[in-house]
Amino acid sequence: MSLTLAEKIIAHACHRDSVRPGEIVTASLDLLMMHDSGGPRRVASRLEQLGAKVWDPEKVVVVSDHFVPATDLESAEILALTRRWAQQAGVRHYDMLGICHVVLQEGGHVQPGMFCVGGDSHSPSGGAYGAFMMGVGATDITGALVTGELWLKVPQTVRVNWDGALGKGVSAKDIMLYLCATLGMGNENQAFEYGGAAVRAMSMSERMVLCNMSAELGAETGMVAADEKTLAALAQAGRPYSGDIARWQSDPDAACLAEHHYDAATLAPQIAAPHSPANSRAVTEYEPVHIDQGYIGACTGAKLSDLHMAAEVLKGRKIASNTRLLIAPASVAMTRAAAADGTLEILTEAGAIMLPTGCGACAGMGAGMYADGEVGLSTTARNFKGRMGSSKAQVYLGSPYSVAAGAVKGYICDPRELLAEPA
Amino acid sequence: MSEQSTPDVDSALSRRGRAFVFGDNIDTDLLAPGPYMRESPEVLASHCLEAIDPDFAGAVQRGDIVVGGKSFGIGSSREQAVQSLVVLGVGAIVATSFARIFYRNALNFGLPALTCPDLQAERGDDLEVRPQDGLVINHTSGKQYRCESIPPELMDIVNVGGLMPWLARKLAADAKSAASGADGTSGDPA
Ligand code: SF4
Repeated sequence: MSLTLAEKIIAHACHRDSVRPGEIVTASLDLLMMHDSGGPRRVASRLEQLGAKVWDPEKVVVVSDHFVPATDLESAEILALTRRWAQQAGVRHYDMLGICHVVLQEGGHVQPGMFCVGGDSHSPSGGAYGAFMMGVGATDITGALVTGELWLKVPQTVRVNWDGALGKGVSAKDIMLYLCATLGMGNENQAFEYGGAAVRAMSMSERMVLCNMSAELGAETGMVAADEKTLAALAQAGRPYSGDIARWQSDPDAACLAEHHYDAATLAPQIAAPHSPANSRAVTEYEPVHIDQGYIGACTGAKLSDLHMAAEVLKGRKIASNTRLLIAPASVAMTRAAAADGTLEILTEAGAIMLPTGCGACAGMGAGMYADGEVGLSTTARNFKGRMGSSKAQVYLGSPYSVAAGAVKGYICDPRELLAEPA
Repeated sequence: MSEQSTPDVDSALSRRGRAFVFGDNIDTDLLAPGPYMRESPEVLASHCLEAIDPDFAGAVQRGDIVVGGKSFGIGSSREQAVQSLVVLGVGAIVATSFARIFYRNALNFGLPALTCPDLQAERGDDLEVRPQDGLVINHTSGKQYRCESIPPELMDIVNVGGLMPWLARKLAADAKSAASGADGTSGDPA
């Protein structure tokens, strides 16, 4: 029987030969990730109440990223509780080292064919490694921690192929904003599998943006089947994959709900207007909206590759005097790499303000929030009303190229124009 | 009501209350705004949906029914989005469709979430939801609508009041079967 990648992984996790879309099944977990906001702080008392223990500490990773660094006594207490719980439970804890989805990949925890769960809506990020990773809330996480299992409805697969090559100044973020506008945000019970030449050409960081923002499509998950790049990234992370990735590919004739083909070469940079990623359209269709604050942050928008995109635009340029640019790198390791390769120097020379690593303003909890009436342009994944501070702020979304370009001009503009002119 | 017998599980899922009607894509940041996430559940709930309806939290009463459009609860995995509605006393949510994590979270809190694409209701209408019959009744307009029932595998979770009681029951059952297994063959006829 022909199966899609998602179906193969779920069937394997249910110890069955095959599964059909729409079936409700119970799958065994290879990995469980939770963070300081939805993790120990929410599950510790529930586990106690049940008198239950973690089913397998080896398969659990805890990441402190949402309340990082502590800005008040309460966040300090949350971080302390997270630390204590992780130590007692004997699980791996990434403590203030970066954003959960990013450190999970830096550590090589997600491997092809794995069935994983995360206590965060952007957990589909793990799909970049050819795994099935879904996001759930803290009560589901409690159940999964106790039983090592999770129920799910087998999703239908949607294949999205980006053929050709992306133009200069266009990135995975633009692809996802375009898809949010085109396919909408109500794609429940669907697993998105991304492919095509443009996706194959992407770095693992860029593939992760596709999978990450599958959450904005409302999908069960997003995934990119493993290839040589996946293997190289895992080897570099110190956890080489020992299996055969040929096993974790969709059968060519497997039934899908839909298969889309897009031409990557014709995609322009996309900007999402307030207050939804689905309000995206080409940057060329925007008036020059003034920006009070640019924000380059979040798992989807401040990885090393994102900082490189911003630096390409900012090199030899200055932030406009009537705006400000805040940058919160996605991990400590990436900050170090950006320092070593000269990227940080370019960013700070341009006048960017560097913030600590963590979810920051993306989660509406940390540094960089917006005031009433302010206009922002951000590399984060969603711009829902009130998410990044005041519900009267206007937040636009764009790629790191677009946010950097907006900060240089002080208004929303096409980054390709700046990339084409010498600074 | 001391004479009232223990309600049977099915009728316990029926809810009747006033409708509070919202549009498509009601997201978790509207339901549980980030800037108040550190506050108590009660304070957080008092800001529920205030960005689009400042009166909601004050006006909603125990048993009232929230009606939404497409992808109700889209956004983050924060359970506070469901918890805020539970704290405010909301009895059920009826929507055209639900965002996937929100749907899971609602069932995990024992809050019936029903998919009913055709429902016509206005704020204040007298609504009754009957998950066991797959029905939503608008008593104000006198019309009935079919709703998708909760799959039987998951109804079990809602029936016992959510995932926590369900887990407690499962752990107790597991412990019991482990104990009888430890007795060796003593349970078997010789
Ligand atoms: S950076 Fe934003 S999107 Fe990513 S995990 Fe943190 S809060 Fe979620």
